[in-house]
Amino acid sequence: MAGGSRSALLRLHGVFAVYKPPGIHWKRTRDTVESKLLNELNTLEQPVIQQQIRFVPSLINNENGNETQLTVTQVPVLASHPRVTGPRFVGLKVGAGHRLDWQSSGVLVLGVGNGNKQLNGLHHCHLTKEYIVKGSFGTATEDFSNTGRVIERTTYDHITQDRLERIIAVVQGSHQRALLTYSDVDLKSQEAYELASRGLLRPMNKSPPIITAIRCVHFSPPSFTLEIQCLHETQQYLRKLVHEIGLELRSSAVCTHVRRTRDGIFTVDNTLIRTQWDLPSILAAVQASRLKVKGKLRENSWRLSASSEEGTCTGVKARGLEKGTHCLGPTAVRD
Amino acid sequence: MSSLCHRICYRWSSLRIIGLVWSSKQEIKVVPVASYSLQSRFGLDARQCLLTQKLWMLKRSDLSSSASSLPPSKEDGNGYRFTESCILLNTGHNYGKTELPCVVKDVQSGELDVPPHSPFDELSEEEALQIEASPSLPPTSFTLCDYVDQSETLTKLVLLGVDLSKLERRPNVANMLLRLDFNRDVKERLLFLKDIGVDDHLLGAFLTSNPFILTEDVENLRMRIQYLQSKKFSKEAISRMVSGAPYLLNFSVERLDNRLAFYQRELRLNVQKTRDLVTRLPKLLTGSLEPVKENLKVCRIELGFRDNEIQHMVISVPKLLLASKKKLTRLFDYLHNTMGIPHHLITKFPQVFNAKFLRIKDRHLFLEHLGRAQYDPTQPNYVSLDKLVATPDEVFCVEIAKGTLLDFEAFQKTL
Repeated sequence: MAGGSRSALLRLHGVFAVYKPPGIHWKRTRDTVESKLLNELNTLEQPVIQQQIRFVPSLINNENGNETQLTVTQVPVLASHPRVTGPRFVGLKVGAGHRLDWQSSGVLVLGVGNGNKQLNGLHHCHLTKEYIVKGSFGTATEDFSNTGRVIERTTYDHITQDRLERIIAVVQGSHQRALLTYSDVDLKSQEAYELASRGLLRPMNKSPPIITAIRCVHFSPPSFTLEIQCLHETQQYLRKLVHEIGLELRSSAVCTHVRRTRDGIFTVDNTLIRTQWDLPSILAAVQASRLKVKGKLRENSWRLSASSEEGTCTGVKARGLEKGTHCLGPTAVRD
Repeated sequence: MSSLCHRICYRWSSLRIIGLVWSSKQEIKVVPVASYSLQSRFGLDARQCLLTQKLWMLKRSDLSSSASSLPPSKEDGNGYRFTESCILLNTGHNYGKTELPCVVKDVQSGELDVPPHSPFDELSEEEALQIEASPSLPPTSFTLCDYVDQSETLTKLVLLGVDLSKLERRPNVANMLLRLDFNRDVKERLLFLKDIGVDDHLLGAFLTSNPFILTEDVENLRMRIQYLQSKKFSKEAISRMVSGAPYLLNFSVERLDNRLAFYQRELRLNVQKTRDLVTRLPKLLTGSLEPVKENLKVCRIELGFRDNEIQHMVISVPKLLLASKKKLTRLFDYLHNTMGIPHHLITKFPQVFNAKFLRIKDRHLFLEHLGRAQYDPTQPNYVSLDKLVATPDEVFCVEIAKGTLLDFEAFQKTL
C-alpha cells in the first residue's frame, strides 16, 4: 500500500548498531545497508496512476449531417508512472559513527535520517568503547598484525601471566595520568576529586588515545586476549599497543583480532548481523535504542551545551556555570 | 455577438498556450509563435545554435484513446501526418554535437505556403470544437516524462513494461525512441520477437536492455534466426537464448559463428554440449571473449585444475567463465588452503563457485567451532559441499550443524 512506505519512512529516524564482519570496509557496510533499505522502500511503494479527463472531438452522424461532438474520456497519465520517472526513493541519509578499519570487526553505530544529529551528539559525549584484542607472541610484523611481513621471530617461554599483568598495569597507570591531563580539570580542586572518584573524568575535546581500563582475560602462550576500554583510539593504535607489550616483555607480539564489543551505549547484543539488514529489523532496532540515546544525550547535555557555547573556556569554568543554571549535577552512573 | 467574442477569445487563448494548433482540417495551422514554426527552423538554426536545435515530431494519433477517426478534409482527399520531430538534449553527452534535423513527413506541399490565420478571424462552431488546447510540449527536455503522454510509441512501450527512466539515461536512446513510429517500426519487431517465442511479460525487460533491436533490419534478424536454426538449436532453446541475452540478435552471423567456434575449440566440447552450454548462459555469446580467456587461464595455471576438470565444471556451472577473477581466486584459496578441500572434491561440487564467499566462511567457522568441519567423504560425519553451500540458514543450522539458528547468529557476532 502507498501508506506502507510512507509510514516506514516516518519511523526511519534514529540510531542503530550493526555488526561489521571482518575483511570489509566500513563504507561498504554503510552503502549495503542504505541500498537494502532503499530497495525495500521502493518495493513497498505502490504507484498511484493519475487519471486525466479529456474532451476529445469526435465526428458523429446526426440528422443535421456530420457534427463534431466532444466526448469525455478518462485517460491515465503516464508521466508520473515510476517506469517513466524512476524509483521514488533514490537516497537515504545513513551516517556512520566511529569507524572500524578493514580487518577489525564489531559494533558499528549507524544513524538514519534525523538520527545523524543524534550521532553527532553521541560523539561529543565522548563515551568509551570496549575492545577484545587477541594477540600472539613470537613474531613481529610490519603492520603489527598477523597478515603483515614478518620482521623478527623470538622465543616467548619466559613470559608468564603475572609478567603480562604487570606490564598491563603500567600501561593503565600511564594512561590514567594522561586522562587527568586531558580532562581539563584543575587537579587541586574538589570538583576534580569528585569527578575522579565517581569515574566521570573524561577528555571532552580532542586528545590522543586514552585507555581507561585494560585486563587480560585469557592467557595460553603463544596466544593471549586482552579486554580494553578506551577513548579516541584507532584500531591500529591497539595493534601497536600489542606490539609494544611484546617488546616490553622482551619478546615480540602480533595482533590477530580486534573486535569492538561496545561503542558507548550499544553492545554486541544490540547489533544486527548481515542477514538482518532489512527494513523491519532496522525499524525495530531504531525503536529499541530511541530511549537510551535520548537519555544519554540528556545526561550529557550540560557538557554538550558547554562545549558548544564557550569553546575557549576551560572545562571547570564551563561546568561551574552549567551547574548553576541547569541544576543538573553529574549523575552517579558511569557511562 | 457574445458567442463570436467568446470564440475569438477562446481561439486566441489557445494560440497563446500552445505553439501549435491541430485541427481536423487538413491544413497546418502553424502558428509562428516564436520558435516553433517549421520553415524558419530549418535553414537557420542548423548552423546557429548548436545546443538548441528543435524540430518537433508529434503523432496526431495520440488523441486516439476515444478512437475517433480524423474527418476527411474538405479540400484534399488524403489525410496528412502532421509530424515534427522533437530532439532531446542529453545533459552532458551531446554538447557540441548537432542533431540532424528530421524531415517533416507527409506535409502537403501547398499548405506550407498558406499564411497563418489571424487570431481575430471568425471561427465556426465546428472549428472551435476541433481545437485541442493542451499545454505545449517543451522543445527540449532532459527527461521523457514530458513527451510520454503525447507520443503513441512511448505510451505503448510503457504499457508493455519498458522502463523509460533507465533508457533515458543512456545517450541517444531517448532521441531514437522519439523518432520511432509504432505502427511502422515497433509493431513489426515485437511481432517478430513473439514469433520467436519471447514471452509477453518478458518483452518489457527485453526492450529495456536492448532498445536498439527496434532499429535493426528485420531481414537481418530473420537471417540470424535462420542461422541458429541451421545450427540445430531447438525453438525453445532459441527463445531462451534470445530472452536471456537481449543483444544476441544484434550480432551478425559471422560474429555468432566465431563465438560458437571459440567455445567449441577452447573447451574441446562436442557440438551438443556447446549448444547446451550456450543455451544455459547465452551471455557467453554477447559478452567480450577476453575475460573468458583470462578465466580459463586462471583456472588452468593459478588454481591448478586439469582440462577435463575445467570442462566438467564449466558444463555444470557456466558462470565460471564470466565470474570475476579476484573473487574466483579468493574463494578457491579459502576452500583449498583454509578448509583443506582437494581439487577432485571441488570438481565434484562446482556449485560452490555460485555461493558468496562470506556465507561459506561463516558456515565453515561455525562448523569448526562445533567440531563438525569434516569434508572428507571417507571419514564419518562427512559434510558434503553442496549441502554446505546451497541449503538455507535454518536447514543448515538444524540438520548439518545440529544447532539452532540463534546459536549461529550468536556465533556470527563473535567473529
